Amino acid sequence: MAISFQNALGIHDSALRIRAQRAEVIAENLANADTPNYKARDLDFQAMLQTAHQHQNRGLDMNVSDSKHVSGGATLFSDDELLYRNPLAPSVDGNTVEAHVEHAKYMENSLAFQSSFTFLNGKFKGLMSAIRGE
Amino acid sequence: MSLNNVFNISGSGMNAQSVRLNTTASNLANAQSASSSIDQVYRGRHPVFAAAQRDAMNIDFDTLDDGLPAASGVQVMGVVESDAPLQRRYEPHHPESDDEGYVYYPNVNVVEEMSNMISASRSFQVNVEVMNSAKQMVQRVLTLGQ
Repeated sequence: MAISFQNALGIHDSALRIRAQRAEVIAENLANADTPNYKARDLDFQAMLQTAHQHQNRGLDMNVSDSKHVSGGATLFSDDELLYRNPLAPSVDGNTVEAHVEHAKYMENSLAFQSSFTFLNGKFKGLMSAIRGE
Repeated sequence: MSLNNVFNISGSGMNAQSVRLNTTASNLANAQSASSSIDQVYRGRHPVFAAAQRDAMNIDFDTLDDGLPAASGVQVMGVVESDAPLQRRYEPHHPESDDEGYVYYPNVNVVEEMSNMISASRSFQVNVEVMNSAKQMVQRVLTLGQ
């Protein structure tokens, strides 16, 4: 069985990356809480994680001319995953940001980021103890 | 890394809210600045916010995963003067009064400005909190594998 970082880390590195992207999207919503006609956006975490997992060995692959070559490359994300939020109570100026909702989502995302990080850190700790043979 | 963008986004939000707070302070300070002519009287000022479009040239080609948001942060398009009707008051003893004894007061609604002030300071606070927790997330990432 080949040991690679991709196998060892599992889904957690993708999860961490998508959590960071989601933090950016929600921060943008909160910054634009008073902008007329701004539409709040969010991404579907589950769908993105699935695509990231499926596309892990696809996307922009590196050319392999020998079976011993390491596969790798960049993963491509498109704008499709970015969705619009349905507001609970629409406002007059066309803004669909609800600060309390976004705040809650941001905090939830931040906690999920921390738990993903803890899992990832545990994986690295496991690898380290395997390397050291303790 | 996209977490670094959070700092730019929240920073632009804080900048926009401080511009709003500045105009509110100016409006409240000048709420009683009377003038003898319609043209010279102070008018309420309000900033216009718009979602800032991401610079297409700034896409990170190293990772190729930066196609995400269509906009980044908020920008202040400008400050516009309110066209609400001015207050015309009969004050013949006022040194600025015109021939008929009238002076013009600004079209600043003090109650509206106060609620604007509270809203701006709350929004500023939210942006600070977002930046703070993004900072914590980045700091945690730096301890990865330790």
